[in-house]
Parts: sequence; structure tokens; C-alpha cells
Amino acid sequence: MIPDLTQLLQSLRVDADWIGLRAMREVSTRRSVRRQHPTHNGTRLDMGIMVEVVVDGQLGYGATNSFDRDDVQRAADQAQLQAIAARQWGLHACTTSTRPPVVGHYRSPCAKPLDALTAGDVNDILLQLCRHLTVSSQVVQAIATAVTREIDIWLVSSSGSDVHQTLSVVEGHLSATAEDGSIIQQRSDHGYLAHSFQGGWERFLTDDLWARSQKIGEQAVELLTAEECPTAKTTLVLAPDQMMLQLHESVGHPLELDRILGDERNYAGGSFVKPQDFGRLAYGSPLMNVVFDPTIDGELASYQFDDIGAPAQRQYLIRSGTLERGLGSLESQERLRVAGVACARATSWNRPPIDRMANLNLEPGSTPLPELIAQIDDGIYMETNRSWSIDDQRYKFQFGCEYAKRIEQGQITRTLRNPNYRATTPEFWHSLRLVGDRSTWQHYGTPLCGKGEPNQLIWVGHGSPVCAFEQVDVFGGGAA
Amino acid sequence: MSTKADQLELAFRHLVNALGDRLHAHEHMSLELTGEQSQFVRFNRAKVRQIGTVSDCQVRLTVMADQRTGYYDLPLTGIWDQDWHHAQAALDTLRRDLPQLPVDPYLVLPSGTATSGELYQGMIPAPRDVPDLVLAEVAGLDFAGLYAGGRVVRGYGDSVGQYHWFATDSFTLDYSLFTAEGQAVKGTYAGSHWQPHRYTARLDQAKQQLTRLAQPRKTVPAGSYRTYFAPAAIAELLSMFSWGGISEAALQRGDSAFRLLQTGERLSPLFTLSEDFSHGLVPRFNQLGDMTPAHVPLIVQGELVNTLVNARTAKEYGKVANGANGGETLRSPDLRPGDLLPDHVLTTLDTGLYVSNLHYLNWSDRPTGRITGMTRYACFWVEAGQMIAPIENLRFDESLYRCFGSNLVALTQTQDFVPEVGSYEHRDLGGMWVPGAIVDDFVYTL
Repeated sequence: MIPDLTQLLQSLRVDADWIGLRAMREVSTRRSVRRQHPTHNGTRLDMGIMVEVVVDGQLGYGATNSFDRDDVQRAADQAQLQAIAARQWGLHACTTSTRPPVVGHYRSPCAKPLDALTAGDVNDILLQLCRHLTVSSQVVQAIATAVTREIDIWLVSSSGSDVHQTLSVVEGHLSATAEDGSIIQQRSDHGYLAHSFQGGWERFLTDDLWARSQKIGEQAVELLTAEECPTAKTTLVLAPDQMMLQLHESVGHPLELDRILGDERNYAGGSFVKPQDFGRLAYGSPLMNVVFDPTIDGELASYQFDDIGAPAQRQYLIRSGTLERGLGSLESQERLRVAGVACARATSWNRPPIDRMANLNLEPGSTPLPELIAQIDDGIYMETNRSWSIDDQRYKFQFGCEYAKRIEQGQITRTLRNPNYRATTPEFWHSLRLVGDRSTWQHYGTPLCGKGEPNQLIWVGHGSPVCAFEQVDVFGGGAA
Repeated sequence: MSTKADQLELAFRHLVNALGDRLHAHEHMSLELTGEQSQFVRFNRAKVRQIGTVSDCQVRLTVMADQRTGYYDLPLTGIWDQDWHHAQAALDTLRRDLPQLPVDPYLVLPSGTATSGELYQGMIPAPRDVPDLVLAEVAGLDFAGLYAGGRVVRGYGDSVGQYHWFATDSFTLDYSLFTAEGQAVKGTYAGSHWQPHRYTARLDQAKQQLTRLAQPRKTVPAGSYRTYFAPAAIAELLSMFSWGGISEAALQRGDSAFRLLQTGERLSPLFTLSEDFSHGLVPRFNQLGDMTPAHVPLIVQGELVNTLVNARTAKEYGKVANGANGGETLRSPDLRPGDLLPDHVLTTLDTGLYVSNLHYLNWSDRPTGRITGMTRYACFWVEAGQMIAPIENLRFDESLYRCFGSNLVALTQTQDFVPEVGSYEHRDLGGMWVPGAIVDDFVYTL
């Protein structure tokens, strides 16, 4: 149903300096079970094409869900009209250097294809998972969800680009809610849809799946009788699943160049990071090394090219604590004259590419987990995000977790519930004292990063080791 | 732009009938449509950052048979051969999958005979005129935001003959004006008829506020402060009611902050919230083709009198449905005003914080109704009824039971319409009608 886009491009009649087509076709399935009953069994086919044209240095776009040649021509005409209407008001001159001519392809690694399981197979597995989650009568809700996506993205342009990328994605979610009178606690599989990876069913049907689901149920029950997290200024140890959120909100978003340029100020906000900070700012402790890495097999946002054709490469954003480059596309790099990465991404055919995270990872350090814990006299270890809020400059944040443990005299001891912490971004990252070694490093993903006007949700991956931060304000439920 | 939308309605009717004709005797089906012909213009520094148009339409085909159900979302283009090809493939897929699925005991089959048709034609700017219309008025200012305009359509049809169509021409301009120091004023202009003098008047208001921001910021230490929340800030707090709040399903499943309300806790007698569809900005039909009553009281003088209940939740928990949507979220909320005259806001506040907007709210402890978030945009320190200085943004962490309960001092006599400007996947419709409010001892933590 997708026509030859090179031929389609050649057939369009548009008076423009440059024209490009970005087509997308996504077939996804979503299956979910709650308390042994199905709640979702759906398939989605979404397809369409965005025509971009440049007229006198102004870019305009027209997008349509139809691949009919006349409809695409109308979209091209709209794009041209938009470019003309805006050319006297353009924020910056668009050049073809921000739409480089590239040829290539990418395909996610996939061992067990997405069509290897029938709808019935998936429902059977989800029902079994719900049974494993329901470890006692105190578990009042058990939810198991599996999502698959096969996304094809094509780029062709009048300057010779011809790119085809096929992403295969599996997302999983498990959660248990336990209740005892007025006490309600939830535990999940590292956060909502955090088990999101590129690949096939092998990423869902892992060896530890059943043990993991049982542990989630057990820990939800365990939290019912756990102590409340105390209010204290203490050493905070974060598991990789919470580091995912920490990196995302307090490193990824503030380093997006479009936020620094002001594009995002009316919606998600700006950034405390200034253009002159690149190459100079001590963002965190010398133990902090953050990379943009779209080359990792299986991490959710791996790709060969971004959505304007920039070749993707691994790059350090922060090295030994010092800020080196931003999360900015070719356009943003040209506008701000700051080094960036291949991160112009669009959530679908009907939204224009903007600066985005992809895979943003904290590099492992050298401390094995037992040694890391042994060095802490008094602290709290937290897992799995459940609440997140940060200001529009990405400075003051407050995050909450599902599950915590007390650390006393170098030992993990009691379970704590309703753990929260808050800090400011620079203070927090400068307090990074210990970074776990490679054995503690894990990557997760989320398909739900919201940003942009018009709004876009996109998928990102984050990997991190276990980390310890000193002198952080922590507190429990009911205590502000 | 309406030509394409008209073509889509014909295509949708055709699809409802054609699929209905292909159903077997034991099968039921429904079709929901979400579509738009939109222009999006993104602004930064009073220039155009991105500009374009989107023509999009999706339908969800839900098939029910033998107490099992599944759905398939597919594009609708108005080109019959393409659309019918996709629809047949969707039906074939669902027929293949359904026998493999577990029985769904809470399946609700379409019933009833409701039909409706609403078309709100507007006068929105021609796409080619939007940059000039918007930007000519903000020359010399640091202006950022998004204009979204065009026709939005929603539709529903099913195998028992229910049919609904809702189409509206509308626009939203959601913008911010910034000082050189980064302080900002937020504004919105929304409607179905672009009226230049109204846009100019709104900008003039925003410009006046901007001048107030052009003075050094005051750093207010964490603590508890009497606070005036402008309507846009109240709308942010109310939006939390749609996420683990007023939903009956959320209450039943331990996901709601309203448990305490259900077990006898009350909010302030000043607090009366309802769903009011008389404004006509959103469709009254839901995903099952049910027509929601024009007025659904939810909290009356502080007492929870109704939750939002859709037919599926009603079946699962033995409740009575009241036409709520699938997510049991607020669609057309109206928070009744109080008796505080707008001119008396500052004198009644006396000393404390004037908060125009809030940002990035989340439950920090859902069972106790505690919410955290940030102040944003034009927020001021007020002393003895006088605005003294803009403030550095503050983080708050406060319970809705205190904020809208024991500590709610007054609501303003007037309501503002705060438009819904969201556009994840598609442009949202409607908005909230809310007053401003004064709250005692609101807790700021960072």
C-alpha cells in the first residue's frame, strides 16, 4: 500500500527549492489483562506522509494519511503555501545542509518475530502472568500488558536521500495493587511500560519473566506493612529503573537545544542551561559520564538516521562531569552554533521533527554493588518511579518511588514505603558519590516522552548503573 | 477545508453501512471516528518556527461476538477503494482473533437508538493569513506559542443503528510573552470566529502584566502561604481529577485520590463541580454511542454525589452508568463561581502569593490526595493587598482535601473559560469553566 516514494516525489509538481517526503507506517498491537479478564485486544494501522518543501529559505509542511497521488500533491501544495505565508516571518533560514542527502537502511535486531505469537498465545501468557502477580488475596488488582510495534520510516528527497528504517518494538507492563484497609500499595515491573525494547518476543519472554511477576506481587504485599519512608537528609541510592527517570528529566530535557533556543518555552519549558555552558559547565561530579547512543542493540531508541537524515553516532554529552554537547538536531546546531547529535525525531508522519532524546545513558563506573552499599553508613535505596515533577527550567524536581530499603552500617535492612526525594538539578548531580560497575548497568525504555507543539509522544531508551548521591532530602507519604 | 471533512462524513456513513451489511447474525460492531483538517503554526521570538497542515482521520472498528471483543484502528481517507480495503482486512483480522480471546464478562454491547448531528461552522483565518494576523500584533515582543486551527470531527456509528456526528471549526492560540530576564505571561485566545479586536484586547492585558514582571524577582522561602490561584491555575489542579480522581473504575481499583471523599470526607461547601455539556464545545456521545446527560453534578457543596461511570464500569461493579467516556475523565467541567469580586482579590488575599499558572502536576501521595507541582508564569508576592514583586518559581506539595476543603477561603464571582489546547495524536476539544480561588496555608516545599 506504500507507493514507490521516489517515483511519487518525481511526480509532484511544486515550485520549491527543495522537497522531501517522510512516510511512516506503523502496525501495533496492544493486549492487556486485568484480574484474569481481557481489557484490550487491539490492532492499529497508522500510515501517512509528510511533504516538506523549502521556498526562499522557509520550510513548510503538509501531511496526509492518504498515499493517493492527488492527496499527496495537495499536501505538497499546502506545504508550499505555508512556506510562502511564513517566509517574511521565518525564525531562521532553512538550508539543505539541515536535510543532508543520505542513503541507507536500518532494521532492529529481532530473534522471535512479532507475528510468531497469535492473539490467543499472548492472552494465555498475560493470564498466566496475572495469576503469578496475584500472590495473595491482598492483591486486589493484577495487570499484564504486551504491546508490539512495527514501524517503517522512509525518507526521500530532491537532493537524493533514500532511507528506509524498520523498527521492531516490544513493550511490557506488569503491576500488582495490594490493599489492606486504607493502605494501598502498587508495585510494577520497573515502571509503566519500562520493559520497552527493540526486538521481538524474545525481549518479553525472558527467562526471569515468571519470577519477576511473582516478586512484583510479593513486594506489593510487603509494602502494606512496611515502615513509612522517614524524613531525612541522607545518602540516596537509586536503582537503574529510577535512574532512567532521573536522567530523562534532569539531564535529557535540559540539554535539548530547542529548549535552550526557546522553541519549547510555551509548553514544556526552557532550560537552566545556557548556550555558553557547553564545553565549560561542571554539570555534575567527575563520576558523571552521559552518552547519546543510538547504536545499542535492543535499546528502545536505536536507529541509523534521525528523521531529517542525520547519521546517528554515539557521542558524549557529559564527560567527567563537564558538559560537552547538547541534544540538538542539525537545525538547532546551526541556529545555536553548539555541537549536537542526530536527534530530530517525529512521533509520526503527522508531526514535524523536533529535538528529542533517543538513547541517553549514564556510563557505568567501577564500584560493584556490594562494595557500594558497604560504603554507606546510613542511607535509603529506592526503586521504580511512581511520581515525577520538575519545573519548566528543569531545575527543581521532586520524584517518588514505589519501593525502598533502609541502608544501615553498610547493609540493606528494612523495607520502606512511599519514598520520595527532592533537590535541584546541579546540586543533585554534584552530589553523585558512587557509580556502580557494568554488572549493575541496565537499560529500560518509555514510549511516553511528551513534548512539542503540536504535542508529540515519543519513545526513548535509558541505561544506567546503580548510583549513590549524598545529602539528599528524602521523605515519605503524608509528609510534605 | 470543510470539503474534505464533508467527504469524510460520507465515507464514514458508507463504511458504517457497508460493515453493518457484512456482519454475521451473532456479531455486533461499532465505529468511532477521530479526524481533523488542521493548520499548526509554531512561534518563537515573534517569528514562525514551524508551519504546516495535517489532514488526518482514524476510525476504530470494534467487533463483538460470543462475549468476546477486539478493535482495529485504521485510517479513513475518503477514497473508498483504499478505505474499504483496510476495513475488510481489519474485519478479517478481528474475526480471526476473536475466537482465540478470553471471554470478557464486562463486555457491553451497543444498544439504544440515539442519533445526533452537530455542525458548528466558524470563521477561522485562512491558513495563508495566520502568520500575519498573529505576528503583526506582537512586533517587538518576545512571543512564543502555537496556533492550531481548522475543522475537527468526531463520529460514531454501530450495528444497532446509533449514529452521531460532531464537526466544529475552531482555533486555539496558546502563547507566552517573555521579558528579557525570562519572566513570562501566559495567554490563550480560542474560539470559532477569529475577531481581531478580541485578540488585540487579550494581548493588551498580557502586555500590562508583562510590565509588572519587569522588576527584580523575589525569592520566597519554602513555607505555607495564603495564595490566590487564577482560573488557569485552578484548571491545572482540576485536571488531576481526570487522572486517578473522579473515575469510578479508579475508585474501585485503588487508583483514586477520592477514596476519602467516598468514605465521608468532604471538601469545602464552596466547592461545586459538574459536567456541563450545555456549552456545546465537545460531543455529548461517548465510545458506546451513549448520550451523556446535559448536566451531571459531581461534587455539590463539597459532597461527592456522583463519580464518572461508563457502561463497562457499571457492569463490572454494579453501578449505574452516567455516560462517561472510556477513561471516565472530565470532558466539560464547570466549577461554580463564588462571591469574591474580582476587584477584591488582592485585598482579600492581603499578604501571600498570586499564582497565575501551575506546571507539571503529579500525585505525590495519591491515597491522601497530595499533589506536587510548580508555580509558573506571572506569579507575585503580595503584601497588604499590593503586588510587590514577581517571585522565583516554587514547588508545592499539598493535599486537595486541604486546598479545596478546609483551607478554601473564597472563589471569585466570575469564571474564565480555560480552553483545552492539547494535541497529542489529535487536537483536543473543549475546556474548563473555572473561577479563581483563595486558599489559606498552601504548602510550598522548594
